[in-house]
Amino acid sequence: MTTAPAVPRRRTATARPGAQTLRRLLRQPAFLIGSVITFVFVLVAIAAPVLAPHDPAAPLLLDQVRAQSNPVPLPQEGFPLGGDPAGRDLLSRLVAGAQQTLVVGVMATLGGFVGGIALGLVAGVFAGKVDMLVMRAVDVMLAIPSLLMAFSIAALFAHPSEWTLILTIAIVQVPVFARLMRGSMLVQRDTDHVLAARALGVKPGAIVFRHMVPNALGPVIVQATLSLAVSILDAAALSFLGLGNPDDGRPEWGQMLGGAQQYFNSFPHLAIYPALCIIVVALGFTLMGESLRETLDPRTRR
Amino acid sequence: MNARAHGARHGADPLLVVEDLSVTFSRPGQEPFTAVDRVGFEVRPGEVVGLVGESGCGKSVTSLAVMGLLPRRGTRVSGRAFFDGVDLLSLPDRELRDRRGTDVAMIFQDPLSSLNPVVPLGVQVTEVIRRHRRANRSQATRRAQEMLERVGIPDPARRMHEYPHQISGGMRQRVLIAIALACEPRLLIADEPTTALDVTIQAQILALLKELVIGSGTSLIMITHDLGVVAGLCDTVNVLYGGRIVERADRYSLFDAPRHPYTGGLLESVPSLDDGENRLHPIPGSVADNIPWSQGCAFAPRCRVATDLCFREEPAWSADGERRSRCHHPLPDPIIVAKEKTP
Repeated sequence: MTTAPAVPRRRTATARPGAQTLRRLLRQPAFLIGSVITFVFVLVAIAAPVLAPHDPAAPLLLDQVRAQSNPVPLPQEGFPLGGDPAGRDLLSRLVAGAQQTLVVGVMATLGGFVGGIALGLVAGVFAGKVDMLVMRAVDVMLAIPSLLMAFSIAALFAHPSEWTLILTIAIVQVPVFARLMRGSMLVQRDTDHVLAARALGVKPGAIVFRHMVPNALGPVIVQATLSLAVSILDAAALSFLGLGNPDDGRPEWGQMLGGAQQYFNSFPHLAIYPALCIIVVALGFTLMGESLRETLDPRTRR
Repeated sequence: MNARAHGARHGADPLLVVEDLSVTFSRPGQEPFTAVDRVGFEVRPGEVVGLVGESGCGKSVTSLAVMGLLPRRGTRVSGRAFFDGVDLLSLPDRELRDRRGTDVAMIFQDPLSSLNPVVPLGVQVTEVIRRHRRANRSQATRRAQEMLERVGIPDPARRMHEYPHQISGGMRQRVLIAIALACEPRLLIADEPTTALDVTIQAQILALLKELVIGSGTSLIMITHDLGVVAGLCDTVNVLYGGRIVERADRYSLFDAPRHPYTGGLLESVPSLDDGENRLHPIPGSVADNIPWSQGCAFAPRCRVATDLCFREEPAWSADGERRSRCHHPLPDPIIVAKEKTP
């Protein structure tokens, strides 16, 4: 009886499943651009209190707003982008807005992710009636345009805040994740390794949570990066319409955009800066998510 | 070694008795399809039983049915499968689950897809040990390492932390054998365990199975379409065609003098170097050319010796001592005749 390869092959550098994927990812410009944008955004958001030159809520330029019959202070020393109509530093507000945007985007996506996975898992594991019920509900939700649904849900809350905003967007994201998770679980249910585990008498709980869920999560996690962009856009849209956090002491890009409406003809930069921020960040997450999806999708490999 | 080497064991009560096992798949809007039709066989302690046939003949479905692993929806399983006197097919799920892995274990064709890609090998080996044995983590780990060592995996302590994609195909099948044998099952079902491996590795895996399974008195059901595997391993061979067993014999009688024309065709279709022109002798037609058993012999449309009778009447078992076949026109020792002709 011989033992197979006499010299056990060691693939040290590429041994971990992630390493090769990472190298493939880094070869894609879209992924590089997307991840750089995302990285900078997250950095700014986390370090916002340090990076912001001024308190975003302090009306430091209020005298100018009052004195010059000019409602919007122009860029000046210490205030590179000038102020807003309430005399607050525009740059500081944009930086602080990054933080708010990240919190809302991440929390809402996380909420949708968790809720969707739970529903998809239940549907995928308990086939039959449960599956039917859950998936029909999901279909109904998917049939409604997501922004429209977000508006309708957000309008239900008497006192909008960032928490109602997060909840709203999370609910809107749930069906996407649920559908993906369910499909993924169904695929797993028919895999050989699940059959092999069942053939060993492994208990159903362990089959689901050790053998199915970890393998089923891949595509769902990729979807999460794409959903981040959608969450951020939705949050901006809702805030723009006044369905988000009403306290402009804690600025948010969509909310700033909404506030800039009435000055748009004379001072378009008030709208352009937050809009640019929204676009760039959403683009960053989308580029990253798309290239992740493409790289990890076995059908597009090679 | 002859077929009766395990003679003492063969006298014992059978470990597994499959009786009248039928499996019917039905899909809405389609005719129900009977994949396994009243199949019956026995496995005695320590015996190696082969289930042989081409793809789609029902050999895998038979084993999955015995294990209770077929999807419930759209599947009807009838018959009995007594393991140690207990009918596995009528056991409640929970009890059947407790028996899988300890009483009966199974290994599958594709060793890569049979392992969970995101779980380290060590966890996959210890999982079954902790499931069936009251073992704590360190005992299970020790046992797992011991098993990996026994199946010939070098440096098991390190391999325990690796993932399935990091080891070779042969290694993976070794790991699966280690997992299957970890709780010392009394019966191992091997569903084409060497099909996905290249020839040298096949030989190693077969040698390993011989050493670990047969050596320890574990019974083995070998599902295969590879007659080489049958020749090297099986005590008794059941040849399946169209969901039925068409011939049963010990391996020597089977190879020397197949009774059923299908078995004969299988043996002839093995390429041979002695055969001057290097020609292949396939069985004409494909499995899809069956006629239903109720209308005659399923193999008749492909059979060289088929007569009107074969298209009319279902052949009954004809017994000849231990050997049985299901054919209206059993073959008269054709291979021996052929051998006498060649010098």
